[in-house]
This record gives sequence, C-alpha cells and structure tokens, in this order.
Amino acid sequence: MRFSLVDSSNKGKTTNLARRHQIGKIWHAIFFLSTATGLLALVTLLLSIINQSFGLMAVDYKVDPSTLSARPLEQLSNSELIDILKSNVSKIRLRTLEREKPLDQRTTDELLELVNTQIVGQKIIYTWKLHESIFRRAEIEAEIARDYPNARLEFRAWLNWQFLKNTMSSQAQFAGIRTALLGSLNLILYTILFALPIGIGAAIYLEEYARKDLWYNRIIQTNIDNLAGVPSIVYGILGLAIFVRALQPLTSGALFGTPAENGRTILSAGLTMALLVLPIIIINAQEAIRAVPDTIRQASYGLGATKWQTIWSHVLPYALPGILTGNILAISRAIGETAPLILVGASTFITSDPNGPFSHFTALPIQIYNWTTRPQEQFRNIAAAAIIVLMTTLLMINALAILLRNRYSKKI
Amino acid sequence: MENQLLKIRSTKDKLIETNEISQQLRKRLRLSETLIQTLLLIFGAVSILTTLGIVYELGKESWLFFGREEVSLVEFLTTTTWQPVAGKFGVLPLINATLMTSFFAMLVSLPLGLSAAIYLSEYASARARSLLKPILEILAGIPTVVYGYFALTFMTPLLRSIFGSDTVQIYNTLSAGLVMGIMILPLVSSMSEDALNAVPNSLREAAYSLGATRLETAIKVVVPAALSGIVAAFILGVSRAVGETMIVAIAAGSGPAFTLNPFRAAETMTGYIARISGGDLAYDTPDYNSIFAIGLLLFLVTLVLNMISRRIAARFREVYE
Amino acid sequence: MNTDNLPHNNNYVIETDRLNIYYGNFLAVKDVNLKIPPRKITAIIGPSGCGKSTVLRAFNRMNDLIPSARQEGRVLFHGKNIYDPDVDPVQVRRMIGMVFQKPNPFPKSIYENVAWGVRINGFSGNMDDLVEETLRQAALWDEVKDNLHKSALALSGGQQQRLCIARAIAVKPEIVLMDEPCSALDPIATLKIEDLMRELSARYTIIIVTHNMQQAARASDFTAFFTMDEDRAGMMVEFGLTSQIFTRPKNKQTEDYITGRFG
Repeated sequence: MRFSLVDSSNKGKTTNLARRHQIGKIWHAIFFLSTATGLLALVTLLLSIINQSFGLMAVDYKVDPSTLSARPLEQLSNSELIDILKSNVSKIRLRTLEREKPLDQRTTDELLELVNTQIVGQKIIYTWKLHESIFRRAEIEAEIARDYPNARLEFRAWLNWQFLKNTMSSQAQFAGIRTALLGSLNLILYTILFALPIGIGAAIYLEEYARKDLWYNRIIQTNIDNLAGVPSIVYGILGLAIFVRALQPLTSGALFGTPAENGRTILSAGLTMALLVLPIIIINAQEAIRAVPDTIRQASYGLGATKWQTIWSHVLPYALPGILTGNILAISRAIGETAPLILVGASTFITSDPNGPFSHFTALPIQIYNWTTRPQEQFRNIAAAAIIVLMTTLLMINALAILLRNRYSKKI
Repeated sequence: MENQLLKIRSTKDKLIETNEISQQLRKRLRLSETLIQTLLLIFGAVSILTTLGIVYELGKESWLFFGREEVSLVEFLTTTTWQPVAGKFGVLPLINATLMTSFFAMLVSLPLGLSAAIYLSEYASARARSLLKPILEILAGIPTVVYGYFALTFMTPLLRSIFGSDTVQIYNTLSAGLVMGIMILPLVSSMSEDALNAVPNSLREAAYSLGATRLETAIKVVVPAALSGIVAAFILGVSRAVGETMIVAIAAGSGPAFTLNPFRAAETMTGYIARISGGDLAYDTPDYNSIFAIGLLLFLVTLVLNMISRRIAARFREVYE
Repeated sequence: MNTDNLPHNNNYVIETDRLNIYYGNFLAVKDVNLKIPPRKITAIIGPSGCGKSTVLRAFNRMNDLIPSARQEGRVLFHGKNIYDPDVDPVQVRRMIGMVFQKPNPFPKSIYENVAWGVRINGFSGNMDDLVEETLRQAALWDEVKDNLHKSALALSGGQQQRLCIARAIAVKPEIVLMDEPCSALDPIATLKIEDLMRELSARYTIIIVTHNMQQAARASDFTAFFTMDEDRAGMMVEFGLTSQIFTRPKNKQTEDYITGRFG
C-alpha cells in the first residue's frame, strides 16, 4: 500500500487540495490588505493635512511693504510701527483706532496687524497645496505672472509661530488660534474638575459598596453602560437646555455678580463635556478598581481597618495608575469633541483670552469646524494648521498617559 | 488610635470580663463611613440624573414642538419636506440622509473591519499584531472634526475626479459616509477581534485535525462561532454612524433634501441640529423646539441599537465564559 | 532527502526516528523512537508533564499551530516523513485525525458536526447515509437519530465526546489520535468510549494518551511508557505489549510507576 501525503487526489475523497490552498492564499491577502487599509487611511489623512498646511500663496498689495520701511515689518519696534501708521493712515481713521484702543497700549502683534490691514492691504488671491507648490511651481509662476502681474508669490507655512500666538482675525493670514487653544484648555480644566471626582467616586461606589443584587445598583450600572453610547450631540442638546438655559443665573455668573450676557460660557461647556465623559471615566475606573487583587483588601480588613480606610489607603493607590491612564484617554476625547460645543454656543469670533468660568469662549475644534466650512481656500489652510495643533496636543496627552502608566506600574 | 491601643493592652493585664469585651466589640456608629458611602452613592446617581435630564428635556421640548399648531406627529413622520419657514415639518428627508450616510459607512467598515479582525486574530504573528493594532487605535482617537475636514478636502475631490464634477456635488452623502466608515472601522475591527479571540482554541484544533486549511477554519468554524459578537459590533457601529455629527455637518451638505442619489447634498438629523444651533438660536421658536424633537428621535434610535448590541454581546459572552 | 526509498518495515504505520521536540529553547521531548503497529490500540502513559501529548500532537503536525514549537528527527507515516518540506500538513491531518481532551463539538447541529470535515474535503456522495453510517460506528446513532439537527452543545459530555470521535472518523482517516479523551468524563461514559475504541480498532489505528493506568491496561494492545529526565525533558522508557508492560516491565522506572500506582 503506497500513501502519498503530497498528492491531493488520494482515495478520490480529497478533491483539489491545491485549489483550496490557493483560495486560502487569496483570502489571506485580502484579510491583510483590509488591515493595511487602516494604515493607508491614516497615512493619507495625515499627508493630506500636511499637504494643506504648507504651500505657495499669491498675494496682492495695495502698498508694497518695502516702501514703508527698509527692514521687514516683523522686525520693527512698536514706536516705528506707530510712526508708520501715523504717516500713512488718515486722521479720522486714526482717531477711530485710538478710540478702540490707544495705539501705545497695543502689542507689537496688534500693531503689525493694523499696519497690514490698514496700509499694506494684503489680499490673498489664491493658495496652493504643498504637492502642487513643489511639482508645479513653474506653471504656477507663469500663471500668476500672466493673470496677476502685480501679485507676489510666497511660500507660506500656515502653521507658524504667529499662528499659535495670534488671536482670531477675519483674514486667514493674520488669524491665529491662541484664544481657541486657551479656550480648549480652560474648558478641559472644568471638565476634569467635575468629571474626575464624580466619576472615580461613582466607580468606587459601584465596585466596592454596591450590592449587585439590589435593583437600584443594577439600574445605575446599566444606565452608565447605555449613556456611554449616547451620541455626543445629544449631550450638547442637554447642555443647551440645562446649563445654558435653565441654569443661566449660575452659568452666566449672574449669581456671583460678574454676569456674562447669557449662559454660553466656558462653565456650561465644561459641565456639558463632564457629563459626556463621565460614563467613560466611570467604566475605566471600574476596570482599574476591579483589577486590584482581593488579597490586598483582605489584608487591610484583617488589621481592623474600616471599609473606607481600606479603599483610601490600599485600593485607590493600587488602582490609581489604571484610573489615570484610562481617564487621560477619556479627557483627550473631550478635547477633540466638537458637536456639543456647537450646541452650547461656542462663538467663533473671540479675540480676548478666556478669563474665568464665565467668559464666552471658542475652542480648537470649533475653530477648525468654522474655518473648514468657509469657502476661501486659505481658511482650509489654517484649518489644516489648527488640526496639526489639535492632534499634537492629543498626542502629547496620550504620551503623558503612557508615561504615567509605565512609571507607576514599575513602582507596584 | 493610641487610645484604642492602650485599651487593648490593658485587657491583657487584667482579668478579662465578658461585659468589658462586649463593650469593646460593640458596633460603633461610624458617621464618616456612612457619610462617605452616601456621597459615593450620590456620585453614582449623577448618571441617573443625566439620563433623566436627557429624557425630561428632550421630552418636554418635543411635547412643545408637537403642540404647535403647524406641527403634527403624523406629518412629522410621514411627509418628505422639511421647511420650517413654510411650516413644513416632515422629518423623512433627514432620516433618509442619515440612513444613507450610515449605509455607506457600514459598507466600508463592516467588510474591512471584519477582514482586519480575522487577519489580526487568525493570521497575524504576535509582532504584526503589535504593529497593526496601535495604528487602528490611533484611527479611533482622531477627532471627528478632523475626519470631516478629510472628507471635504480629500474624499470629495477624489470622488469628483473619479465620477466627474458634474455628477458629484461639493457636498454629498457618499463622501461623508465613506469617511465615516474609516472612522468606525477600528470599532468594528477591535470588537470583532475580541469576539474571535473569545472562541476557544479547541474548536480551531478540531477543525485543523479534520484536515481544514487555515481559511476554512477561520471562515467556517471561528467566524460562525463568534457571529453574535460580530453582530453586536456591527450594530454598535450603526449606532455610532447614526449619531455622528461633525463629518456629516461638514461634508454631507446643509439643507434637507429627499434624495437617494449618493452624489447629491442632503442634510442628516445630526447635521440639521448642528446647523440650526450654530447660529444665535432664539429660545422657544419652532427651530429651537425642532432640534429637541429630532434629538429625541436620535436618542431613542441609538439607545435601542446600543441595548440590542449589549444584549447580544452579553449572550455571546455567556456561551464562552 | 527522499525518505521514500529508505527501507522501512510495513508492519508499522508510524515510526519516529530520534524525535526531539522543543518549545522555544526548552527541550520538551527527547530522542523518541517509537513504532506503532496498524489497527491496534497503542496507549502512551506516564507522569504528567512528560510530553505524552506533545508526542501525540507531533503525529499529525498539530504542533505547527504553536509558534514556538519545532522538532528534530523524523516521523514516518508508512515510511514517509510527514515533516518533509513537500508534505502538506492539511493532508496529514486529513489522514491522521484527532480527538481532544475536552469534548469540542462545533457550535452547530449534530449532523453538521459529522458532515463538516467530509464536506470541506470535497465529498460528493450521499451525506445522509454517511452521517448515519458514521454515527452508527460511533455507537451514537440510536441516541441522536431523532435530534440530528439540534445543537451538538445540548448533548451530554460523553455523547459530545463520541460525536467528536464520529466527526474524526467521518473523514475516514487511517489513524485516530486520542488525547486523554476520557479525562473530562464520568466512569460510565468512559467505559462506553473504551468499548467504542475496541470496536474501531478493527478499522483504524488508535493511539491514546492517558494517565489513567487502568484504562491503558484495560483498553490497549500496546503501551509506551514515558517519563522525564532531570532536565524535565520527556523521553520514552519502555514500549511493549500492554500485557507485558503491566505484568513484567523490563525497566525499573516503569515498574516503580506501575506498582506505585497500583499499590
């Protein structure tokens, strides 16, 4: 009797093993490519954003800046800038500007913007993406020379130091994200302030105190799991109805004597975000607390500690790294959330830094949304630059989470 | 504390009397313990208050909305024009657009997500998995507004260059849906992978010992065994797609339109809410009330989907744990 | 190397030739030279951790599925080394089936469990007949014939294990490997499986790993005794007729183990 392990036609029972293997190989490739699509999507997304953040722009001037000063405008001092303004702007216009804010009280950036808007009159004709700027440069130059002989072609990094420092402006090239970034950070501060203690407290209750067989504890647990799946925009609606409208005296600061005109304040937004991330924080913290071995609790009880003493001095320290890691990730989600902020009324044109819980505000994702939806190409460019800032912020927060986890997990 | 220690020591020196011991062992009223427990219970109850708040506010404002003389529930649910200015409140165009974007999203995320899950769980080496999984996780952590930007500035131009800019409008449901699919992909793949991983290895071994190839083992044994977990992932993905706001607000278009053409602009439920509330919205207007009515619809749909998903997933866990 | 041309004794279905098996750097089984006669029941016994299951899984290349496992030496199936590069492991497993420690029916119907392996191997005959014939062979037909389309998970543990045996023999393998098939079963179910093994041995070669000494003594024709050395590497100590091993063991270690167990 000869047996062959190689030949698939053995006994006539196994048909076409080679074909089965071939089909297997094809699907193996399909499965791999599907997974790689994720990678492809990520790379495409990042590249397309970088592509929009740098590139050529064609600008037109009413007055050539080089006729105003021998040195580049950016290098001039305040008094030199004021001199330029005084000698080039009409008296009436100058008086209006003085009334808005005296010139000698303005910062260099503000003065520079005045010079740019009032005198130079820089106007963006068109902007190009990075890949066009590199590969079609000659073509672009020819096109501009033909259609706009007076225009100048400049390479622009939309993500630059000015962009981080400047406040909002109606012109893309002067706009910055300072107020938006500060708004986002302030907002998150209130979110953390409310969500963290309540979330961890609720998690402790559910894991350490709640008897699972009591109906109300089961309801609380089910409810938290369900809340985690509610769309963020519904939280926005809730925030609008409760914090902005119903609790207006509180959230506008009227009760404290520093009233904003309505409840569309950082406090309202922070509270709304707190409700949004609360279920995630609770679930994460619960998992971390559940991972604490029971032997630790028993050792503590064995020494005559009360329940709270056990939790406070043994369970919580042990669970803390896990709680922190999970929650930093929850909070980073809040930084990127946009929809609820639209509902609670983040404004998009805010030029002053947020001061305190009752100030009106704008936030980074809101600014990105607003710029994205504008028709002019240059706003897409600064939206891309703002996206890079947002994603870098998120990346740093996540790195912090990983750092914390590694550091604490070594200790235990 | 010190006082207590002294007391305990003193019992050693003296003859122990029963009533003295029972004195020491007596139950104490620990006020702080009770207070802390109550406080923590209240923290836990905040989530209940949130739910009640959502239900109450959505319900109340919806009630006001349907109480208006120009609005009727039947018309709301059956007519196909949404024009608040003209007093026409038919929600179907908004629902239709939501279904379309969600459909395209699932068209991308279900096959890709499931394939990726099969690859990661059944094929990938430990090293490949440790490389590929974080990438999918990064994809899950990108803010949705960024996806919206991507849809408008990359996907739409791409579609327009493929199908022609006459066919494809600048705002369209297909672009928004496809990008939403990329956004949901990590959710579907990681939940499905969990389900596949939960299938006991003994089943794979049984299949291999019968002369099955890797593909036959994966497709004909492991996937069917994990099916309910995969279905749960899929339903949760649908729920996420229905509730997603920023991508559709940016890329799907503003202005309700009742169309089945994927290349045309159409506003979804979430997109409508975002647009209406984006301006300075005056309280107690039909617009104001309408976002609550649509919000209620959204809340109910996603809640039901989530509950079904969780129920299925729980039953799946029961089978294998 | 073409092993087909090497002289080999047709009296054996499986012969191992200086078989070493590693998990990573750990030598789990060393220098096993074992010859399995056809259509007999061969039991592999020994203390736990001595590599019995590892050896068994080497016979149908199930160890391929463990990334860190590798082997040296040869496993000859009718004289052909199943680890030769031109050998398809899928084909090996089709011809050498396996029954596992815990019953592991697919979460499908009883009928589908039996039909599945046959179907993927491209069977085109009458499936109903084949399922019935197989279930009869596995002594399960009378118990399940009215419930063929119910879930296999609804069966008792013993029935599930007999279903797994039916599933394995449905593809008509030459050898059935059994890895402690009764360890999860009660004594009555165990006896049923042993009876079944006896009947099946008329058609199939059966190799069974067990740490139940009575089972080996009762149910097998040949016995291989394994133990481990001071480095925890498993090795074969003695192989022979079951009657000889249990009554007149040649090796001191075998004797100690068997008498130790039997008191």
